Amino acid sequence: MTMNTKNLLIAGLGLSLLLAVFVSPYASSSPDGLERVAEDKGFLEKAEAPGVTAWEHSPIPDYAFPGVKNEKVATALAGLFGAGGIFALSYGLFGLIRKKA
Amino acid sequence: MHIPDGFVSGPINAATFAVSAAAVSVAVVKAKKNMDEKQVPLLGVTAAFIFAAQMLNFPVAGGTSGHFLGALMAGVLLGPLNACIVMALVLIIQALVFADGGVTALGSNVFIMGVVGGIFSTYLFYGLKFILPKSKKGFLAAVAAAAWSSVFIASAVCAGLLALSGTSPIQVVLPSMLGVHALIGIGEALITTTVVSMVLAVRSDLVGSWTAQEAA
Repeated sequence: MTMNTKNLLIAGLGLSLLLAVFVSPYASSSPDGLERVAEDKGFLEKAEAPGVTAWEHSPIPDYAFPGVKNEKVATALAGLFGAGGIFALSYGLFGLIRKKA
Repeated sequence: MHIPDGFVSGPINAATFAVSAAAVSVAVVKAKKNMDEKQVPLLGVTAAFIFAAQMLNFPVAGGTSGHFLGALMAGVLLGPLNACIVMALVLIIQALVFADGGVTALGSNVFIMGVVGGIFSTYLFYGLKFILPKSKKGFLAAVAAAAWSSVFIASAVCAGLLALSGTSPIQVVLPSMLGVHALIGIGEALITTTVVSMVLAVRSDLVGSWTAQEAA
């Protein structure tokens, strides 16, 4: 079976958006590998000290869309904007980089 | 494995930033020379998929989770240098927009996940592919092994940067990072192998590292 490029790309982007919107709200909220090690070995507080965070203006901090009370909806919206935005941004950026015909 | 602000010292972040910036610059120059217009949407979809899949933390042992990294997958599909650009792009957006990974640690995160996870691991994959049988099975075995190694080795480099920064002694941080990421790497290998075999099944010509020899 072969698929034309356009359909494959639509399927890939569609899958990415589905995962980001409908699956990500159900992802594990346990600390990840590095966070777990930092907690167990006693250096997590280094990241939590006041003033240590260099950039505090992230529009969608911790993958929760601001102003949305329902956590699952907030995560789904973050996923939608993130995956869609990354696609658009890299499309544009690589479009600029690519060799000109 | 996104390092927040405060874990890695200024000098180490500066050094990794220099290496990462150099790697991304070389990658962009190469892409400018070689990248076909047809590859552009594929790179965009790969970046979107990596971002989405990185949100999907899966549980590993003992109240700990892990998530897909995607650097080796990008390397297999797009080549090592394009993989590095894609990872850098995803990491920059995660740091600036989602507060995932520190802005001061960006150089270290791109070094760990783009340079080591993307570039180094893809060359490791080429090596494994060369050793293993020239068949689809051999190819996918190389994908799986390199995907697992990409996470395992990246976690070792992360531990090294933490130790050099005086955050945690190497004999403490290295075994614990390797232990948990040996498990997370299994997830990486499963997802990467699944995606690559799906793309191979429908459009093997889009898998950059696949050659006709292996199809025989």
